[in-house]
Amino acid sequence: MIQTLAFYLFAALVIASAVMVIMARNPVHSVLWLILAFFNAAGLMVLVGAEFIAALLVIVYVGAVAVLFLFVVMMLDIDFAELRAGFVKNFPLGIIIALILAAELIFGIGAYQAGRIELGVASGATSPILDASNTASIGAVLFSDYLFLFEAAGLVLLIAMIGAIVLTHRKRPGGRGQQNITKQVRRNPNEATVMKQPIVGEGVEL
Amino acid sequence: MSYATSFYLTGAEIGLSLAALALLLVAAWTGTKSARIVTILSVAALVGAAIFSMGLFDRAAGEVAGRAYGDLYRADAFGSFAKILIYLAAAAILVVTPRFFTQRASYRAEYPVLMLFNAVGMGMMVSATDLMTLYIGLEMSSLSSYVLASFLKEDSRSSEAGLKYFVLGALASGIILYGVSLVYGFTGSTNYEGIRAAFDAGFSTGALFGVVFVLAGLAFKVSAVPFHMWTPDVYEGAPTPVTAFFATAPKVAAMAMLLRMAMDPFGGEVDSWRQIVIFAALASIVVGALGAIGQQNLKRLLAYSSINNVGFILIGLAAATPAGVAASLTYLAIYVAMVLGSFTALLMLRDPAGNNLETFTDISGLSTKRPALAWALLALMFSLAGIPPLFGFWGKFVVFQAAVQADLVALAAIGIAASVIGAFYYLKFIKVMFFDEPLREIETESPASHWAVLAICVAIISPLGYLLTLPLGDWTAQAAASFVAAM
Repeated sequence: MIQTLAFYLFAALVIASAVMVIMARNPVHSVLWLILAFFNAAGLMVLVGAEFIAALLVIVYVGAVAVLFLFVVMMLDIDFAELRAGFVKNFPLGIIIALILAAELIFGIGAYQAGRIELGVASGATSPILDASNTASIGAVLFSDYLFLFEAAGLVLLIAMIGAIVLTHRKRPGGRGQQNITKQVRRNPNEATVMKQPIVGEGVEL
Repeated sequence: MSYATSFYLTGAEIGLSLAALALLLVAAWTGTKSARIVTILSVAALVGAAIFSMGLFDRAAGEVAGRAYGDLYRADAFGSFAKILIYLAAAAILVVTPRFFTQRASYRAEYPVLMLFNAVGMGMMVSATDLMTLYIGLEMSSLSSYVLASFLKEDSRSSEAGLKYFVLGALASGIILYGVSLVYGFTGSTNYEGIRAAFDAGFSTGALFGVVFVLAGLAFKVSAVPFHMWTPDVYEGAPTPVTAFFATAPKVAAMAMLLRMAMDPFGGEVDSWRQIVIFAALASIVVGALGAIGQQNLKRLLAYSSINNVGFILIGLAAATPAGVAASLTYLAIYVAMVLGSFTALLMLRDPAGNNLETFTDISGLSTKRPALAWALLALMFSLAGIPPLFGFWGKFVVFQAAVQADLVALAAIGIAASVIGAFYYLKFIKVMFFDEPLREIETESPASHWAVLAICVAIISPLGYLLTLPLGDWTAQAAASFVAAM
């Protein structure tokens, strides 16, 4: 009973916060809604007994969202003074949301303790679930059966990295701290100075 | 399954990845200086991978398809055929690329490296027999394509093209992924054989949704009509060599992936997707032909031409027979030669200052300034229009033949009628080149590398190409038989 209740709570909140992600006018708010969506998705994962994926969702996605947050703040033209002014006003709201998240976590874990949701019998042709913990099972197939895909996914990430560097890296002309000592030593007076015998009253042409 | 066999079967991908990683290190340490040598080595790696795939093609023809990594990947004749096309097209593009970028002082050694990674991804796409392999290959290829599209950082049109391609490509990936999740949910398997077996046992409406979403996403990738809007913008904005690349290798990869997807896991449910493919085919032919008429920019024109050609290739798929798949592959091979030739010719059109020319006014009267180039373009355009002595006609012929054999006479008839509309702008191209007054100064010399690529393409699409019909027919039939034999 409690699992079903928890399921509907998490599911409704995932959808509601996902809607808010695209409805919020302030980009920073959307990012916060995104975090809430991930938390609730993690709650759903806990309910079906996929605790490893739940942990990944929280650690990786919420971590990634922190980075995303940084990017949003860096790239968009956001008035920080205004944001800070809102901080005190929004502080109680923030506390409430934090409390809700904490309550949800406790509720979710409590629901999980009461036994996970039974999703029905697996009917497909996939290999049967091992009688081991999530982490052990994923590790067992990831580095054996899916070695090829694992490596390929690594390449995809490498491409993303190369792309980011190629598209953003610029060679600054000159630049600081580039003292070419050989060039300085090789410099000789004949190239650096010009001797002129100017005629009086006619000026100099260099 | 032993790892040794699996490694051998995926040799082309592994070799290309290692080459790309090594060249990436070279690029990182030596910077732009080594761009030229990295390009040459990349071309060598791609040609090597193509030769390796030819070896696999012969081998795969003799025995049951070579499955690697527990059927995540299949090195069969079909995959090898598509890969040979992809690798050779990518190598040819690399040959004609550096001049364009060096003229703008923005060629970097990362370009060929990204091209190699792209080729790895495309190879995975065409050989995938598992939805996960398919998706990772697709992302690998798309991600490097986005970067290539915006490679000219200083040019706002190039950045715009990259951004548009990225946003719409991500949308398409999302659609595919949603379809994949539905298919997996209703079949319990991501493996093509498993999906097919599950569909044979029962095909629910939910699964149909999945199939439709996957096909729609793939239609995005091949730019078939309801999902073609990005093509002209991206093709116009991207640097010309990159546009040439988009119109050839990734198109082959996406098309081959679509063929395998439709005929292997969804092969038992032909009736449920056939009308979608027929609609996409006809709409692509008509929109491609009508949309091109008003275009002044030659890259946009070729973009519409590629939409038009995708329609013809889809007719082969609509037939849903081994002959239809073989016909689509034949058309793809000829299409690659035609498009590669057209874009190489476009790259050779520069004013004396070295700026690329890409509008109709620029090419008017080309026949008096650059007769050889004008005649080559004439052959290419006639071939694209499907005028008989040239090889482009053969592609259309086999596709329509397959459609008629599959009792899709109406489809073939409408296709033939619409290809007459398409002929209009190809002829306009020729008219402008041969009968209009020259308006622009045009650079009179082009490097031998461009001439070589152009000459090979023109030789293939010239009547000499008909010498290829028999072997091409054999190869494509073998390739098609390697996975639609069960029909």
